[in-house]
Amino acid sequence: METLDFRFDSAPVSRAANPALCGVVGSGNLEILVKAGDAATICQISIKTSARGFGETWRAVLGSFAAAHAAGGTAIAINDMGATPAVVSLRLAQALAEYQGGGQ
Amino acid sequence: MNPSLATRHSWFEATARARINGLLDAGSFREILPPAEAQPSPHLAQLDLPGAFDDGVVIGCGRLAGKAVFVAAQEGQFMGGAVGEIHGAKIVGLLRRAVKEKPAAVLFLIDSGGVRLHEANAGLIAISEIMRAVLDARAAGVPVVALVGGSCGAFGGMGIVAKLCSAILMSEEGRLALSGPEVIETVAGVEEFDAKDRALVWRVTGGKHRYLMGDCAMLVEDDLAAFRTGATEFLAGWTEPAPSLAGLRTRQRALKNRLAAYGALRDGLDVWAALGVTQPESVPLLDRDSLVALKEGLPT
Repeated sequence: METLDFRFDSAPVSRAANPALCGVVGSGNLEILVKAGDAATICQISIKTSARGFGETWRAVLGSFAAAHAAGGTAIAINDMGATPAVVSLRLAQALAEYQGGGQ
Repeated sequence: MNPSLATRHSWFEATARARINGLLDAGSFREILPPAEAQPSPHLAQLDLPGAFDDGVVIGCGRLAGKAVFVAAQEGQFMGGAVGEIHGAKIVGLLRRAVKEKPAAVLFLIDSGGVRLHEANAGLIAISEIMRAVLDARAAGVPVVALVGGSCGAFGGMGIVAKLCSAILMSEEGRLALSGPEVIETVAGVEEFDAKDRALVWRVTGGKHRYLMGDCAMLVEDDLAAFRTGATEFLAGWTEPAPSLAGLRTRQRALKNRLAAYGALRDGLDVWAALGVTQPESVPLLDRDSLVALKEGLPT
């Protein structure tokens, strides 16, 4: 397992509802928990992943998420079981939408 | 009635959370120890494995057709729904709370291969505590109903737990047994049981076989709404009986008779023939309603 921690600048999230959970820690999948963070323009992400050595890939995928979405003021925790970058991006967008009260 | 594929929401394919949402009255579920408050397994972290925030089980309270119920739902996609220390403690805590608060029922959405072997003794103890807690809840008059239709079925310790419940509702896709197919093949050899023969696996552990044998009270379609309707109907007609020695003795006799009648048979096909099914080879192809009609026509 590898533990990774990132902080990205991101525009403040427009609306925050309750902590939101998306996905399942199953093969090729991951779960994402979005909670309120401590700084309004920072998206803070911590990851526990079963696949070692993909730190730079995570940085690229998460960086483009933080740039494309208003995700500032959130603390995101991820448990990963080998999800591909495409799955990670989809789940992040889904989790952020739920955090903002968007539902499915 | 066979709902069209477009309107059907498969129980088998749904996550634990989606099953709860489909089962209970809309918006009624309140989770106890939600992911933001729960702790992942410390044992998995020691083994350098990522955990899940809810440790693979969702517990809480809600309503089923207006009645207050408690729910525990195992997530089969996370480590095969296996029971670790925190996972087990959540289920036990819910069952103990049921003894105090007396909901109309505890609905136990089982999807598990049994003990989480990574957690060794802690997992084994968790399973035994769940067994005791199920029996305590039932002794307090709270029915505990197992719903089995997930991809991991109910095996190992969770197979025993399922049978300790007041009743089991199953779909054809669900499986129920003690040792799983791969375990039997590993221990006793492929001549004893070929775990790769999926049709055989379902003929001896699947929902249809369990229904014909009387191991589950109800066979339902693989559909969220069908499980909801089934659980509602079951609870409407069920009063939890007081535990009694006479009841246990009757059950023990029935099991002895069953072993004598079917113990030597090797395949569901042989068992169904012995039960009086005239065309056992047709059973795997029957839809749910036809199978229920077939069972009702069998000699008792």
